[in-house]
Amino acid sequence: MPKEEPGLYDYLPYYDRPRIEWPNGARLAFWCAPNVEFYELNPPANPSRPSWPRPVPDVQGYSWRDYGNRVGFWRMMEAMDRYGVRGSISLNVALCDHFPDIAAAMRERNWEFFSHGIYNTRYTYQMDEAQERAMIADVKASVKKWSGQDLAGWLAPALTNTDNTMDLLAEAGVKYTLDLFHDDQPMPVKVKQGRLISVPYSLEINDFTTLFQGNCTPRDYTDAIKAQFDRLYQEGAENGQVMCLPLHPYLIGQPHRMKQFEAALDYITGHDKVWLATGREIADHYYAHCYDRFAAAIAARKGG
Amino acid sequence: MSLPADYLTYPYRRPGMDHERYAYSNLFQRKPVTWPGNARVALWVLPVLEFFPMDMAPKGFRPPGGMERPAPDYWNYTLRDYGNRVGFARIYRALERRGLKASVAMSSRLAERYPHVVAETNRLGFELIGHGVDMNHLHTGALPVEEEREWVKSSLATLRRLSGQAVTGWHSPAYSQTHATLDLIAAEGVQYVSDWVNDDMPYRMQAKSGPIHSMPNAFEITDMQIFGFFKYKPAQFVEQVMDQFELLYREAGKHGGRIMTLSLRPWLSGVPHRIAAIETVLDRMLGHGGVWSATGAEILAAWKAQQ
Repeated sequence: MPKEEPGLYDYLPYYDRPRIEWPNGARLAFWCAPNVEFYELNPPANPSRPSWPRPVPDVQGYSWRDYGNRVGFWRMMEAMDRYGVRGSISLNVALCDHFPDIAAAMRERNWEFFSHGIYNTRYTYQMDEAQERAMIADVKASVKKWSGQDLAGWLAPALTNTDNTMDLLAEAGVKYTLDLFHDDQPMPVKVKQGRLISVPYSLEINDFTTLFQGNCTPRDYTDAIKAQFDRLYQEGAENGQVMCLPLHPYLIGQPHRMKQFEAALDYITGHDKVWLATGREIADHYYAHCYDRFAAAIAARKGG
Repeated sequence: MSLPADYLTYPYRRPGMDHERYAYSNLFQRKPVTWPGNARVALWVLPVLEFFPMDMAPKGFRPPGGMERPAPDYWNYTLRDYGNRVGFARIYRALERRGLKASVAMSSRLAERYPHVVAETNRLGFELIGHGVDMNHLHTGALPVEEEREWVKSSLATLRRLSGQAVTGWHSPAYSQTHATLDLIAAEGVQYVSDWVNDDMPYRMQAKSGPIHSMPNAFEITDMQIFGFFKYKPAQFVEQVMDQFELLYREAGKHGGRIMTLSLRPWLSGVPHRIAAIETVLDRMLGHGGVWSATGAEILAAWKAQQ
């Protein structure tokens, strides 16, 4: 049955809430989340959503995504290295099986591996609980195998969820979800057992929604990133903020966008009260210092 | 609610690609290539000259530039036709005045309808490459292989007959391919294809009859994307195209020769208020020095000789 609302969080006013203090007096936790993805040429059909905009084989769509792995990833990584920005990788875990060199490069850099499902062409829609649990277990084992890390974060494959997803993530020990866009700060998520939080990702300064969906030139995109940063940096003096820069190597790694990507990284890393963090580090800090105070403040409002 | 069991099985989860058409390759791990005259960037201008029938009813998806209004759609038909009367002439003149070469992807029905366009292409020494029958013939989805074979054979035969050229390149209408397209075009003597937008350089693909090569043709930097879909201004086109060129030029200093593909639709780039943007990017690129203007066949030959 469709629900009227997600039922995953309660209300908390923006200017009347506990204060987040990041390490070393930083105003802003900045994290960069490239989606390192594998789209299949001939995926099985999901009844809720077609795999490709064009009939299979969608050569244009498939090869565009493949650009990210042959070319864009490497160009993006080089620029991030230059600016000392670590990646928190939204990973289709099967990509590591296909391209072990990419997995190794990310592991060598100690980038965080978090889940973006198995393939970006395998949606969670219409999975039963056992199937979704099996998918989560597969991802968890794959992240361990390829990175040595315990899986902490989750952005559903192609942002496809079920009503069970958040409970199953908490059950599996996942610490944070990125599929909720209701706030600029991390928030507790209501789950049946254990604890889960939402960490801000972004569909506003995501390279896909801006550069491909939103009719934003590369220069407009850099301006949007700077404006997002400036306002959060300013507000962070009052209460610690999070800024995520979600990327796709097949988009940001194009030759006609690299200059603007470099300009954005140059701008952000040129500020001193910025914590260059990973999603896991943000979540860990929040659990250790903020979760209980936020949960109490939310409970005290009794929902509204 | 649940999904069929095969939704959670992954038969192609293995090292490399999930198909046999080409091998994975990291662009930055390859042997650098050297272009003639030690040029840094090979400039590949790719005008795309298409016939959009007014009664088209394409199967699979609507190609960009197709009809979208109730018949008779004079609006869209004549705007596309404008490109093949006026727009292409402006683009050809801009290329001629700069002594540049080009590869021209052409619908075979356009070649039949407008001999002047073929004659001009030959007069300027431009390479003609296959572009299917017309924009109503998309190589997509459930197209029966015998039908597709006929489209490939007839469109290539027509271009060869009318131009006298060998026609060894191919760019499908709206980047459309079936699982059989590579095999069918290779069997008809096509040596390179520019529909797979996954690389900045040529790479080897596998067809049933032997190898065929992919040539770079990123759709995101075409006039179709920038002017057609995004409605950006000419000055913004100039910025983005020059960003592309300058990045490739910079990389060439470290990683060897690169290719700048400039894909132009005459109904978009050949209009009076945009042609100056095309001339500007050509002049700025040529102003860098170390730019080699060549056809797709020439670029591929130089690349293959070094593999």
